[in-house]
Amino acid sequence: MEVENGPGWEIVIGLEIHVELLTRSKVFCSCATGFGGEPNTRVCPVCLGLPGSLPVLNAKALEYAVKTGLALNCEIASFSKFDRKNYFYPDLPKAYQISQYDLPLCRHGYLEIEAGGVRRRIGITRVHLEEETGKSLHAGTSIVDSPFTLLDYNRAGIPLVEIVTEPDIRSPEEARVFLEELKRVVEFAGVSDVKMEEGSLRCDANISVRPRGASRLGTKTEVKNMNSFRAVQRALEYEAARQIATLRAGGRVVQETRHWDDAAGVTRGMRSKEQAQDYRYFPEPDLVPIVLSPEQIEQWRRELPELPAARRERLAREYGLPAYDAAILTASKKLADFFEEAARAFPDPKMVSNWVMGELLRLLKAENKELDQVPLQPSDLVGLLSLVRDGVISGATAKEVFEEMFHTGDPAASIVDRRGLRQISDEGALREIVRRAMAANPDAVQSYRQGKEKALGALVGAVMKETRGKANPQLVNRLLLEALREAKP
Amino acid sequence: MQKLSSEQVAHVARLARLALNETEQERFAVQLGQILAYAEKIRELDLEGVEPTAHVLGLTNVTRRDEVRASLDRDEVLRNGPEVENGYFRVPRVVEEA
Repeated sequence: MEVENGPGWEIVIGLEIHVELLTRSKVFCSCATGFGGEPNTRVCPVCLGLPGSLPVLNAKALEYAVKTGLALNCEIASFSKFDRKNYFYPDLPKAYQISQYDLPLCRHGYLEIEAGGVRRRIGITRVHLEEETGKSLHAGTSIVDSPFTLLDYNRAGIPLVEIVTEPDIRSPEEARVFLEELKRVVEFAGVSDVKMEEGSLRCDANISVRPRGASRLGTKTEVKNMNSFRAVQRALEYEAARQIATLRAGGRVVQETRHWDDAAGVTRGMRSKEQAQDYRYFPEPDLVPIVLSPEQIEQWRRELPELPAARRERLAREYGLPAYDAAILTASKKLADFFEEAARAFPDPKMVSNWVMGELLRLLKAENKELDQVPLQPSDLVGLLSLVRDGVISGATAKEVFEEMFHTGDPAASIVDRRGLRQISDEGALREIVRRAMAANPDAVQSYRQGKEKALGALVGAVMKETRGKANPQLVNRLLLEALREAKP
Repeated sequence: MQKLSSEQVAHVARLARLALNETEQERFAVQLGQILAYAEKIRELDLEGVEPTAHVLGLTNVTRRDEVRASLDRDEVLRNGPEVENGYFRVPRVVEEA
């Protein structure tokens, strides 16, 4: 389906994002967090909801939730409490989730984004702290025909922040850009490792459309099951087009939850046989309220590391980089740290930037790896670039060496020596090779003299072949041109 | 004293996943009505300017340090499950889709 957000229609989107916080232990008990683990080995009476067990709040989870709010420019509540959200689902051992209802930790924030060259401020309604649910596995060939659901409660009780935006987002692309920036912010703030593929960041969306200029919002649908930022954009593009087509045809949008089917590229309505959800929130009697002093809040604010927007600005200013480079280098904190460590040790930051944005990102993407999963260190890149700068190896050879460094983490100099890659920059030796190449290729020499400049390539190739690619290319070019000019009758 | 309507009782029962027969519905309509009437007594007080009570203990900020301690033994954990499979609890299929 084509997106029909032409001049006639306005798309209105609000997002609800869940982010797992990076604590060592769960939010209300001392079981270990972390992805994976044998099923049901990180559980205890508290996170299994066994009778008589009592939750106790993890101080670090509280700190990270507040820091998330601070990083999103929120006001932090001086008084906050937990509530029970009641519903039955097998991944929820207590049949209620400890969450926050009317007094969340953080409210009224915003995040600035830039989409399609336009800078926009997206309002953050609230950020609150709650607990993760367990994980359901569906046996059988597909979700629909599986006779059983298997449950692993290792995830139950991992601290989670729910971030709710205002309906300020105006396009599916803007939704994706917002999520990318939000991911960077929580990652830079050090409160989550935000790995969407491991489910530590998840997103649902509310979307409606209305004729441009209308003051009332259209009927919204809630879209779930989007497992990547790209999927969010695609799902919302589909859903906006569907709603517009429905309204154009004189129909009406039904308020419902719709499931994104990534393979089919469509959203589908979920069966809603129950009446509207009724969570019967009430204050959690097992946990006492949280009172935060202005001093405590200020201390956490001061502890916040440099956030992506500030870092982009600083990288551009301090290293004289184009805004484009600064944006790419701050795609993740690890990448920005890698760049800066290398750039501090090398006199040409733009060259470092080119290699990080080029070869490094290319190889990471090709091998689907994260920076911390490869042995390459910033000092290795500095070593390599120094060799290029000093004319020891050519740029083309450097790419080969880089690839080996990327996999082994060996220093550039030792790879170059071991593989005998040192560039021949000895003018005398090269001049002799150039003379031999010309003697062996009289046709190419003849063609060049008759004005076919392309013939030079054949001669360069002959020199490179004889030196097994180790000749300094600039030098070979210069020497060849000199020799051809001299020998001209 | 106000009795709950049978629709209200049915609604509450459905939320709690309880199947009530007619006699039970009638009995709970009366009992729930009594409970609500008891809670209604609070309206007799002048609560102007009184903050809602978030917790009865009056304590705040009870937290623990972020430290990992041993979890339960898995055999112990799974002993409570009516059905288990490969270390998982097994329940009837829960996903519903149109």
